[in-house]
Amino acid sequence: MTAPTVDRVMADQRAASFRTRSIKTTTKRTLLRLALAMVDLTTLEGKDSPGKVRALCAKAVRPMPDDQRVLGERLPPVAAVCVYPTLVPVAREAIDRLQDDLPRERRVRVASVATGFPSGQYPLDVRLRDVREAVAAGADEIDMVINRGAFLAGHSDEVGDEIRRVVDACGEAHLKVILETGELETYDNIRQASDLAISCIREGDFIKTSTGKVSPAATMGVTLVMLESIRDAHLRDSRVIGMKPAGGIRDAKTALHYLVMVGETLGRSWLTPARFRFGASSLVNDLLRQIVRQEVGVYPASYDFAEA
Amino acid sequence: MKSDDTALATGSRETVHAGPGDLPVNELYLEYAPAPETAPVEILPRYGHFIDGAFVEPADGKYFETINPATEQVLSEVALGTEPDVDRAVQAARRALSAWRSLSGGERGKYLYRIARRMQERARELAVLESMDGGKPIKESRDVDIPLAAAHFFYHAGWADKLRYAIPGLRSEPEPLGVCAQIIPWNFPLLMAAWKLAPALACGNTCVLKPAETTPLTALRLAEIFQEVGLPAGVVNIVTGDGSTGRALAEHPDIDKIAFTGSTQVGKQIARSVAARARPIPLTLELGGKSPNIIFEDASIDQAIEGIISGIYFNQGHVCCAGSRLLVQESIHDEVLTKLRLRMESLRVGDPLDKNTDIGAINSKTQHETITRYLTLGVREGAPLHVAGCNGTNDRDALLEHALSCAPRGYWCRPCFFSEVEPSQTIAREEIFGPVLSVMTFRTPDEAIQRANNTPYGLAAGVWTDKGSKIFEIARRLRAGVIWCNTYNRFDPSSPFGGYKESGFGREGGVHGLHAYLRLPTGAPQ
Repeated sequence: MTAPTVDRVMADQRAASFRTRSIKTTTKRTLLRLALAMVDLTTLEGKDSPGKVRALCAKAVRPMPDDQRVLGERLPPVAAVCVYPTLVPVAREAIDRLQDDLPRERRVRVASVATGFPSGQYPLDVRLRDVREAVAAGADEIDMVINRGAFLAGHSDEVGDEIRRVVDACGEAHLKVILETGELETYDNIRQASDLAISCIREGDFIKTSTGKVSPAATMGVTLVMLESIRDAHLRDSRVIGMKPAGGIRDAKTALHYLVMVGETLGRSWLTPARFRFGASSLVNDLLRQIVRQEVGVYPASYDFAEA
Repeated sequence: MKSDDTALATGSRETVHAGPGDLPVNELYLEYAPAPETAPVEILPRYGHFIDGAFVEPADGKYFETINPATEQVLSEVALGTEPDVDRAVQAARRALSAWRSLSGGERGKYLYRIARRMQERARELAVLESMDGGKPIKESRDVDIPLAAAHFFYHAGWADKLRYAIPGLRSEPEPLGVCAQIIPWNFPLLMAAWKLAPALACGNTCVLKPAETTPLTALRLAEIFQEVGLPAGVVNIVTGDGSTGRALAEHPDIDKIAFTGSTQVGKQIARSVAARARPIPLTLELGGKSPNIIFEDASIDQAIEGIISGIYFNQGHVCCAGSRLLVQESIHDEVLTKLRLRMESLRVGDPLDKNTDIGAINSKTQHETITRYLTLGVREGAPLHVAGCNGTNDRDALLEHALSCAPRGYWCRPCFFSEVEPSQTIAREEIFGPVLSVMTFRTPDEAIQRANNTPYGLAAGVWTDKGSKIFEIARRLRAGVIWCNTYNRFDPSSPFGGYKESGFGREGGVHGLHAYLRLPTGAPQ
């Protein structure tokens, strides 16, 4: 299977066109809450502590504790928290404690990066063990990185085999395949890697742009190319693959533009956390600011919200 | 995976589950709440001609109405120009000529810069007015028409003091032609005014401009800008009216040049009248087109789809260089049509002043009738018609009805295309000037070129392929004035625009465009 070529100029032009959509009133109200529910609230730093992860989980479950008082409504929780494998037990415990009134499948999901994130420059058995241990510690979702070295060297089969091995190691956990588009550089590469990953993963798994550790991270052009790959797979054999742009999406306006792009490329049925996620941290507070602004009429200060 | 409850709970629409390999396109896309552009625009109840620096009453006191084609509401009354008005305007231009052409190029350039800047300052107002008078979506008037119109003044302002270097080998300054009669169409009212006026003024000519009957308001607003920036009286005169006004201007004995953009039929009439003059004068014509958009199997398909969309549905297809004939390589025909249909569904037809509208109103009742005639003819000729929002039905009357009616008032046509079109059919040969695409196939590059060139027109063409060598090979063999490679409908003031064959002659924009407004000193190498 050869992947279609992608013309960068026109793809970027199309991606930019979504920014001209004007999102107002009811549409804005709906999309801001939807974006909130699509966030994978993420912390991926060497200095991450159990305390920080617990705070993150509290934020994930209840993004705005005084929402009932200020807005008169209960805002949705985010989709998932995303942490390093060693912190999965902490996150699992915190989420289960905070949402013990809900069955596990309704709780905020615990996602773990794995496979030697972010570089993936480890032996395959180490990467697979990384996955198995994260799943065993309670991860619902695994964010893996592909072997960019092998991909750029032209060894697509090797990349594909590794993804399939990771799928097996995931068991019940859902998988998100990070292409690290900033290292693949060209849209042709990104399209080819998307098609390859989609051919190896299961219905309901995701493809994801970036680790957040490489610049550029997610851009609208890159995300469009990946969405088109997902759409073509769906047109071909009705498979449903999710999409997760990650890194660089910090404000609500940009997030809404992404949702417009998803809505106009894959349709409304993709506008659900089961099929689209934002990998982000600071985005949540800007979404909250815009929600408050729309309901109350004034902008809260950034310190009115807990850190994310 | 997490259930879809969150999406429902947060108030988004009910999730539409896509069927096997066949997205339910009618309900596919996101809806947007209304986002109207609200900038207030003052429109006077009545406008006279702009002659000799002032707005004046028409000689015989007659006015006509200009309407908003989206609502059919009358926006204003505009003077109906007759021979005495045209004569008065030409005389004013003649009187202003000697002082204007004697100004240094640098000084003329300053006026043009001022005009350009003032257009930018009043861009929002101009965009709203353009969309109200002509029906085009605000996102296009805001992002394309007005910025490009200002860009044309900026670009030509730069040329005003460098004309000597525009043509290699000149030993003295080239001269202006004199009084230029300029007749423009209704599809890009202000932009066409800028295309005509900016080079003429930069070269030291004076002008009489005749805007289109259905879209005179932005040109009259431009006249206000001329007053604001202190452009000397008579340098630009604007006479509004209908076809008879245009004819009176084109046949006026004391003009030195005619520049016309519009239909091939009227262009030919003008050419005949120029030929019948006692003293021949230079003429440039930018006329119709039936431009081919050629998609090769090695093209980047998703981007080519964007090119097809912007090629034919930009400005409701009211574009002389619209890519109205789609030539698709047979091996990718089905994929292209599937994706084209999906993409068409996301085009939003509606209120031109809504910022999310992609397709606005058809410019006039007359043009709506023309489009209706061609759609009916195409259906009768047997080509399958595909209309956005109407997949799954083959009832031709229902399709036609759906295509041509969107709202109780105003003139509308949904984006549509004919597939399996034969090259001999009328819809493959004649310019429809609406959001109607004719799709044909080819098997080899030779066949593509032959089919692309098999037209009386030759304004533009599009080539889509990932292969660089093929781009050059195909572009070289296409007989068209503008050839876009892996893009379509992109414009820039520095790039000349004009046609082959019945699409006209002369170029506008770029260095080439200056030649149409200059007289070269005797003995200069051509």
